[in-house]
Parts: sequence; C-alpha cells; structure tokens
Amino acid sequence: MSLTASSFALTASSFALSVAVAIAAGLVGAFALMRRMSLAADALSHVALPGIGVALLLRVNVLAGAIFALVAGALLIWALERRTRLSADAIIGVVFSAALAIGALLTTSEELIDALFGGASPASSWELVVGITGAAGIVAFVLLAKDRLLLTFVSSDVARTAGIDVRRLDLFYLLACALVVALGLRYLGALLMGSLMIIPAATARHVARSVRQMLAGSALLAAGAMAAGMWLAMRLHRESGPLVVACASLCFFVVLGVRRQRRAA
Amino acid sequence: MPEPPTALHVEHLTIDLDGRVILRDLSFDVATASWVAVIGPNGSGKTVLFRSLIGALPHSGIVRWAPGTRLGYVPQKLDIERNLPVTGLDLLAARARVAGVSASDVGSVLSRVGLSTNVLGGLIGDLSGGQFQRLLLGCALLSRPTLLLLDEPTTGIDEPGQERLNVAVQRLQRDGVTVMTISHDLSVVSRFATNVLCITRDHRCLEMPRRALTPELLAEVYAEPIAFFRHDEPDR
Repeated sequence: MSLTASSFALTASSFALSVAVAIAAGLVGAFALMRRMSLAADALSHVALPGIGVALLLRVNVLAGAIFALVAGALLIWALERRTRLSADAIIGVVFSAALAIGALLTTSEELIDALFGGASPASSWELVVGITGAAGIVAFVLLAKDRLLLTFVSSDVARTAGIDVRRLDLFYLLACALVVALGLRYLGALLMGSLMIIPAATARHVARSVRQMLAGSALLAAGAMAAGMWLAMRLHRESGPLVVACASLCFFVVLGVRRQRRAA
Repeated sequence: MPEPPTALHVEHLTIDLDGRVILRDLSFDVATASWVAVIGPNGSGKTVLFRSLIGALPHSGIVRWAPGTRLGYVPQKLDIERNLPVTGLDLLAARARVAGVSASDVGSVLSRVGLSTNVLGGLIGDLSGGQFQRLLLGCALLSRPTLLLLDEPTTGIDEPGQERLNVAVQRLQRDGVTVMTISHDLSVVSRFATNVLCITRDHRCLEMPRRALTPELLAEVYAEPIAFFRHDEPDR
C-alpha cells in the first residue's frame, strides 16, 4: 500500500496520538487493577456512547459529547461509591449497561460501528493538540501522584492518616480514567477502549516484580498493542479497535502460557 | 501525682451506618503515652470506632485530638489483593516520600521494627504474617506518630512474631507514643495495656486491666463465661 505525503503525515500524527493515548491508558489501567475496578474501567467506556449519540444528533463535536458523558459517568461512580455500599463494579454493571443501550438507540446504525469499535479516521489538528495534551496531562498526573495513589488503593485508611485527601485523589483518578477513555474512543470505540486500560495491566501484573515494573510494563504493552493493531488495521482495511484488543489479548495469553510453563519446569 | 495530659477526648460519639446504629453515646479519654486495648465481641464496632476516629466514617459527637497529634494507623487488612506486584519497599518508599522523610529515617524505622531491605524487596504477598504486620507498623512509624492505632495487629502471627511486635510497640509506648490497639488476646491485653476499653452494644467501660479483666466483667462484655487465668502482675 502506498501513501501520499499528506496522507502519510496525517497517518503518522494519528499514529503518534494513538500511542500517546495507549501509554496513558496503560498507566491508568495499572492503578485500576489495584483499585479493584477492572470491570468498572472496562464498562466505563460504554457510557461514552450516549454522549456520542447526543453529539451526532445535535451536530456538535463527537469527542466533546463523549468527554461530557464520561466525566458525568466518573462523577456518578465517585458519588455512588460514597453514598451507597455498592462496589464500583456493581454500580457499573447496572448503570453503564443501560447507558450502552441508550447510546445504541440514539446512534444510527452506520455511525454505531465506528462508535462501538473505532474508526481510526485521521484526527484533525485541534484533536491532535487536545489528544496529545490530554495524554501528557494524564501521564504527568499518574507519575506525580503514584505514591499517593498506591497508598490510597493499598489502604484508604493508611492514606487518610498520612494526610492524603483520599476523596479528592480518587475523584481526580476517576476523571483521568474518563479522559483516557474519551481520547482513545477514535481508535478503539466505546465498546473496547476500556480493554486497553485493563488487558495490558493484567498482563504486566504476571511478569512485574514491583510497582515500577508494573507501571512501565503496562504502558509499554498498551503502546505496543496499539501500534501493532493500528498497523494491522491499515494493512487489512479493518476497524482498528478489535485488532488492537486482539493484539493485547494475544500478548496476555502468551505471557500466561510462558509463565505456566516456567512454573511447571 | 498530676493527671497525664489527654491525647484523645471522645464525647457522646454515635456512629450510624445506613440507618443502623453501630455505637451510641460513647465517651472516653485516652491519656498520653498510655496503651489502651479495645476489647469486645466480634461485630461490636471496634474497627468502626477506629475508622470513625480517623475520619473514614461519619459520626456525631466530639472527637478531639491533642494539639499536634500525628496519627499512625495499622489496618486489620488491606484494600488490595495481596498477590499484586507490590513489594514491601514499594509501600515503605511511597509512604516515606508522602511523609517527606529521608532515607536514614527509613533505615532507623526498619531497625526499630526488625526488618531488613532484603526481606522487603519481596512481594507483600510473599511476606509472613509477622513480617507483613511489622511492615505496616514501619509505614505507620514513618510519620513519627504521637498516637498509634493498631487494629488486631497480631492476628495470624505465630507466638514469637506476636512477641516481637508487642515488644516493639511497648518500646514505642515507653518512648512517649500513645497506643490504642484492638485485641482479642486477653493475655496480651493484661500484659501490655495500661487501660482497657470494653465495647458492646449495652456495655462500655474504660478501666485498668486488673479491674476490667475480671471473669464477671468479661462474661458481661462477651455475653458468655470467659476462662481467664491471671498470673502475678502486681502493678496492673
């Protein structure tokens, strides 16, 4: 397949953005595992769909619609976890599955496939700026707050007595989750973006021997899966989302198999 | 002899969770550099009391710490799965950076709790019960606490491990740290505590161990007869 200079530039910039988003997703995902919200992180992406549907109906920017819905979703988890005794997973199971249904009803069938699985159309220049800035901001937040996040998710009571504002930090973390999902929707869609947070982190968990290794492993695996999936999507003319998740899942099962073999040996 | 200053004053504390009253109208004072053991049957609200004191659970009433109090908290269990790739050093280093303490302070805390960096380089899931509890105590000590809250710190630890942990805590108390511990081990309470706070739905008291640990009072606290043998400890 040959590319013209302008289409190559667009593809390259879109590729760079996708890898930046994947690194952010890998870092956020490592802490999602510690927070025991793997299912919640996965299903959080579904809540973007009603936002996309409304944005399409109102003919406003789809990314803006998705961000609005995801931030609302993150705030909902944060508030419900504190006001009820339900876990994040239970809340997500009920509320966000409904969001997926509502979103599907609001979106036409043509747009639905892209919204659900990602289309990987070239990003506009402002989307590139927003995307790279957002991804860099999330990476900076996770790296700067990693000690406080670790203590908070290890024991919120220990964190509290260490002077950490647990509620505020948890809110910022959930907003980071929402933002990373919003930024990755273009590539993986509402149905699969959460997987990019969870699968690389779950893979890194099997090989890492420290928090630092888990964070680095998760970010690298997410970036690798995204790069491989995007390249395959371009070569095979398929939606990028399923291919990125297939690459991440393949990595997970290979690592699991190797680990079992080593244990057996 | 003058009364020791109060490290913690609790007055009319009531804890209501989702419409269920866990503790009602509890009042007590904790003297500085004392060791208060909180006893009571399972479900009586001991952990809820600790979590309420540190502000993790809503309550009504007055909880007043002495000015300048620095809290150290050792929880009964962690919120995360133990088999995640988190090492003892990860936890200790994170706690040290949040507290803003130096590497030499970390070294001194490790020697106080009797742990080496070799042991802490392993995953927390691979630590023995005693090593794990001493790690949590070490994390708590990094903030140079004036008051330590320990929620069943010796659960699941063998006898020598319990002894090491209790002696380490006693050393801290003798250095002026106020200690509050939840315990089901009445012989440890009798040996180390200076006061016993009994908590049940209908009964509460704050007494010296000799007065609190009587067959009659224990039977009342636990709602059934308790076999308890006292050895000679004239000062308690």
